[in-house]
Amino acid sequence: MTRPQIAKEKNPVFGTGILQGMWVTMKNFIDSYFKKADQGGIFTIQYPEELCRISENSRNFPFLVYDAAPDSPRCTACGICERECPTKCIHVEMAKDTAGKPLRKPAVFEIDYGLCMNCGMCEDVCPFDSIFMDRVYEIAGRDRTKDMLIGKDALLKPNAYFQKIRPKDAADIDARRKAAEAKKAAAARPATPPDAGGTAS
Amino acid sequence: MNPAMSFLDSIFVNLKLWTLNLIGHFLPGWAVILASIVISGVVILCLGPVIMMYLTLLERKVVGRMQNRYGPNRVGPWGLLQPIADGIKMFTKEDIVPTNADKVIHLLAPIVIVVPALMVFLVVPFGRDMTAADLSIGVLYFIAVSSVTTLPIFMGSWASRNKYSMIGGMRTAAQMISYEVPMTLAVVPVIMMSQSLSTASIVNAQEGLRWFVFTPWGLAGFVIFFICTVAECNRPPFDLPEAESELVAGFHTEYSGMKFALFYMAEYMNAFTLSAIAVTLFLGGWQGPFLPSWVWFFTKTFALIFAMIWFRATFPRFRVDQLMGIAWKLLLPLTLVNMLVAGLWYFIPGITGWVGAAVILAVSFLGLTALNKPVIPEKRVYLLEN
Ligand code: SF4
Ligand code: SF4
Repeated sequence: MTRPQIAKEKNPVFGTGILQGMWVTMKNFIDSYFKKADQGGIFTIQYPEELCRISENSRNFPFLVYDAAPDSPRCTACGICERECPTKCIHVEMAKDTAGKPLRKPAVFEIDYGLCMNCGMCEDVCPFDSIFMDRVYEIAGRDRTKDMLIGKDALLKPNAYFQKIRPKDAADIDARRKAAEAKKAAAARPATPPDAGGTAS
Repeated sequence: MNPAMSFLDSIFVNLKLWTLNLIGHFLPGWAVILASIVISGVVILCLGPVIMMYLTLLERKVVGRMQNRYGPNRVGPWGLLQPIADGIKMFTKEDIVPTNADKVIHLLAPIVIVVPALMVFLVVPFGRDMTAADLSIGVLYFIAVSSVTTLPIFMGSWASRNKYSMIGGMRTAAQMISYEVPMTLAVVPVIMMSQSLSTASIVNAQEGLRWFVFTPWGLAGFVIFFICTVAECNRPPFDLPEAESELVAGFHTEYSGMKFALFYMAEYMNAFTLSAIAVTLFLGGWQGPFLPSWVWFFTKTFALIFAMIWFRATFPRFRVDQLMGIAWKLLLPLTLVNMLVAGLWYFIPGITGWVGAAVILAVSFLGLTALNKPVIPEKRVYLLEN
């Protein structure tokens, strides 16, 4: 095995290297006025006025998706995410009707953003395609216990929002859900007449 | 020079004269003389800190641009109020004095360091007839006063009772005393040629476009002098006394709040006055066509300050041995050669002297750098067999 020899810098006169270095910084200085960010100019983004372009894969905090209306979310309050969350920052309570029968939707759904470590485990385990990772970042609060505890109303966001922030994932999931629904409907139809007959007799 | 230009040229001088005339109507003669001193003094005392404040902004902006960022741009338009915000912050900060510090000297050092920085302003010719005190020994005064800066820095570092401060102070002493020597010797040819130690008459000797920098010895002297000034005011790449990466903050480690700000003020005022003196000695001072004299002066001075900032954005810090080596083994012999060359240039007129001087300088530069070439040992490569 031979290593590549380090090329020796050849500067005939003492000081030319210094001048070369100075030219580099001078070029940067001039470019910062006349060039665009992608050509060597300044690429600072002036934050409150302009926002960073976020890549589609960026994700941080979870939110809940609803299809038609916020009072009929996809979440069935099964509690899997609550159990799987490594930091135990999700709290789910199932809603019950007046008779005390479970309604398969959450009455309380809270996530403590102050505790959440953005791992995305909840998104992975949810069997009902309900919880997904969001990309909100302007969520600073004054009180850790109050402002960082996000309730159900704030967590629920329409599917359109999900399609907007993560179009690819949303399209995949929508397609899968549609297929599953169609399959369910197809499975249900042939079973209906005998079943219907059965109930009639 | 047309009347409008000469009006602009002497606007500050005339302003002062009008004020003095006005005072002369009401007050006796001695009061007018006193007022004349006070006016110049007040102008300089205001000029120093204001220049310092905006130099910090300029530095941050320019260094930012060179590093592909904007620099401060939030406080006021283009960040113009940033120095004021910084000043307020500095005033409101807690002043911490270490328990074991020598309290009196610790307090005194930042106050004393501003004094020589301000005193040098006195002999700077800002424009035609705009020297606050045209001393006949102006250059000598500048050299003497500016070298006092070492003392307060060392006072501060000693009084802090902190080893980082101590190392920083030691380095300052070594560095400043070393660079004093070539700096002073680089000025000698200028004094030889202009046959005066007064800054105003040195500028007068460069009438028209006969700036000293356009001669071989002047160019060499200017480069040496400028390198030494950068070292004198502890600016990168000669910022060993306050090397952040090794010494926390060097000699001002134990200073906070306004005391710290005073050290900074002295540093920036030194950067300004040293550039101004370099302009006076080599770049023709306020001499220049078309524009009013003080515009020329400030343009040239800020060009030199820009160069200092440019150095800071470009170069990494020297090692201590390299620092000393450059001062004693390269700059000092070069200045000696330069003095000889200046004499030759003076006595051999015309193109012969010019070319001869240039050749001698070039040869001695190449010879000195060749002699100074460090021995770089052959890179050893250990091959791992199998
Ligand atoms: S992202 Fe991770 S930590 Fe945050 S709520 Fe989901 S499972 Fe819990
Ligand atoms: S978000 Fe998903 S996993 Fe969590 S409770 Fe609702 S349905 Fe279950």
